[in-house]
Amino acid sequence: MNLPQNPATRRFLGLLPAWLVIGIFMVMPMMILLVFSFMESDPYGGVDPGFTIEAYRQILFDLNFDDELEFDPVYLIIIGRSILLALIAVFGCLIFGFPVAYYITRQERRVQNMLLYLVTIPFWTNLLVRTYAWILILSGDGVIEQPLKSLGIIENSLEMMYTNGAVATGLVYSYLPLMVLPIYASLEKLDFRLVEAAHDLYASRFQAFKQVIVPLAKPGIIAGCILVFVPSVGAFIAPDLLGGGKKLMLGSLIHLQFASSRNWPFGGAIAMLLLAFVMIALLWQLRSARKRMEESG
Amino acid sequence: MSATAIAANNLVKIFGSGPNAVTALDNVSLTISDNEFFTLLGPSGCGKTTLLRLIAGFEQPTEGDIEIFGSAVAGLPPYERPVNTVFQHYALFPHMNIAENVGFGLKMLGREQREIDEAVTTSLSLVKMEEFATRTPAQLSGGQQQRIALARALAPRPKVLLLDEPLSALDLKLRQAMRTELKTLQRDTGITFVFVTHDQEEALTMSDRIAVMSAGLIQQIGTARDIYERPDNRFVADFIGDSNFISATIDVIDSDVAHCVIGNGLTIPTQLVGDHRVGDTVTLAIRPEKIGLSGGGDWIIKESIYLGTDTSYRIASGTQEMTVREQNARTGTARFNVGDAVSLDVAAQTTTMLRD
Repeated sequence: MNLPQNPATRRFLGLLPAWLVIGIFMVMPMMILLVFSFMESDPYGGVDPGFTIEAYRQILFDLNFDDELEFDPVYLIIIGRSILLALIAVFGCLIFGFPVAYYITRQERRVQNMLLYLVTIPFWTNLLVRTYAWILILSGDGVIEQPLKSLGIIENSLEMMYTNGAVATGLVYSYLPLMVLPIYASLEKLDFRLVEAAHDLYASRFQAFKQVIVPLAKPGIIAGCILVFVPSVGAFIAPDLLGGGKKLMLGSLIHLQFASSRNWPFGGAIAMLLLAFVMIALLWQLRSARKRMEESG
Repeated sequence: MSATAIAANNLVKIFGSGPNAVTALDNVSLTISDNEFFTLLGPSGCGKTTLLRLIAGFEQPTEGDIEIFGSAVAGLPPYERPVNTVFQHYALFPHMNIAENVGFGLKMLGREQREIDEAVTTSLSLVKMEEFATRTPAQLSGGQQQRIALARALAPRPKVLLLDEPLSALDLKLRQAMRTELKTLQRDTGITFVFVTHDQEEALTMSDRIAVMSAGLIQQIGTARDIYERPDNRFVADFIGDSNFISATIDVIDSDVAHCVIGNGLTIPTQLVGDHRVGDTVTLAIRPEKIGLSGGGDWIIKESIYLGTDTSYRIASGTQEMTVREQNARTGTARFNVGDAVSLDVAAQTTTMLRD
């Protein structure tokens, strides 16, 4: 077979399979969603032809009886809650994930591999099942409350289920490995002689942590934050099960529009909004990565 | 004798435990004077770096204690000791520029920014790197990074500077230039330097005193001249420079000179060490360049190797062999050829009777 001589052509042919996979499985569905979000909803699901920005209007405004626009914050609250809970999840994962990642890097190579394997194990079990486990832990007759009640320490339920706290706990639990792994990757490359050098130059443990370890682990910390934030903001299993549907988040809202409410354009519009949040987060990461590149010359 | 900067008393350091335990330091004691350029010299694994790390505080001794300017530092972390280290691989902070690197120590000590800036400028000018203040470590060559590492360790004006093979990663010419600079720097700043190296030439050219270490023990402490001219034992004589080791029997003792008979029946005079008597078997160490050769005699030239400035001869008489080195002074050619008969001229002061 004759290979084309033009390097540009060859590069194009070489990358063609990748372009096709990305195009068919990523770009096309998103384009379809984008198109749908500008169409009219069919009461039986699906969409009717015609262009309208009705779906986007619905996010912020409701029509009152006189067909006038009326500001309705109900979805704004859901968006706000989604972002807030996702940020709490990011923060929680960082607090728990960093020490774990640090601990793993300080072990022997063989032990490191085993610990990393253990960190990834929960990923092999269905998220739904694992989130159900949290119901058993947090619910009124769960493993926390039951013993406390029988010991007489508490009388009334702690009401841990169906709260923002329960959802955040579920999110932290679900996405903790996504924080641990990139931070581990960063810390693993960190030369611990630099930490010694910092101690030698009068930096206490905390100062060495703040001045040397954290700055050098920054790429991993940022990657971990993005990796936790993105699925958290669109999560629907944890909010549904642990929030009991009372603490709706963006992911659940989208799920609702396509499943029970049969309002595909609205679902599409919210999905586009979510995509925008994710893009902003990724752009921020890209910018900080570029800044780092410039700094290190 | 000036004040004692560092006193190490009966230091033992054992890594690991049980059957895997490794003794890195085996009862080491030494004192280093203030304002001294002190070198720990030895092959890798001899314990020299461990000793340095104990002084710096990165490791704690299994037994024994260390005093720095009279105060015991047992249990103190590195950041509470008045010493700074120049690391073998520089260990510059990659996310800080040169000025931030150099100022790091003073910043951690909580000094004012103005004072830090002044110290950074002074330190950078000490190592002639003023114009690099705003660069990052990645933009510097190995030799430049080395200088910054030095400036960074000097900036807080430590009482003792520890240097862990700082020149080993540099190429030969740069290494030689840095030796002189380090020595000048030490003299100018008046800071006590504790320098770790496996390079005997480095040790000989810079040090006021050298401790030769091997297998977790100090083999000998002395000036460069002491160690080269009067090695205490076979290890020191062998590790520093070249030596002929000759087994001999003491034949006659004439006050402090012992005349020793070697394998082929010839006699070599040497200075008497310890309380040996006539008839004792001893080992003599003779430097190849301390032996004079003249034509005609009991020794035969077996091999002649041209080495540029020198010629190295392997000579033999009976079963006794020796290496002799002679400068190719002016002629540029060797004085003797293979097969020539020669005789030796050895002075008692230039041969050493080893203690072991």
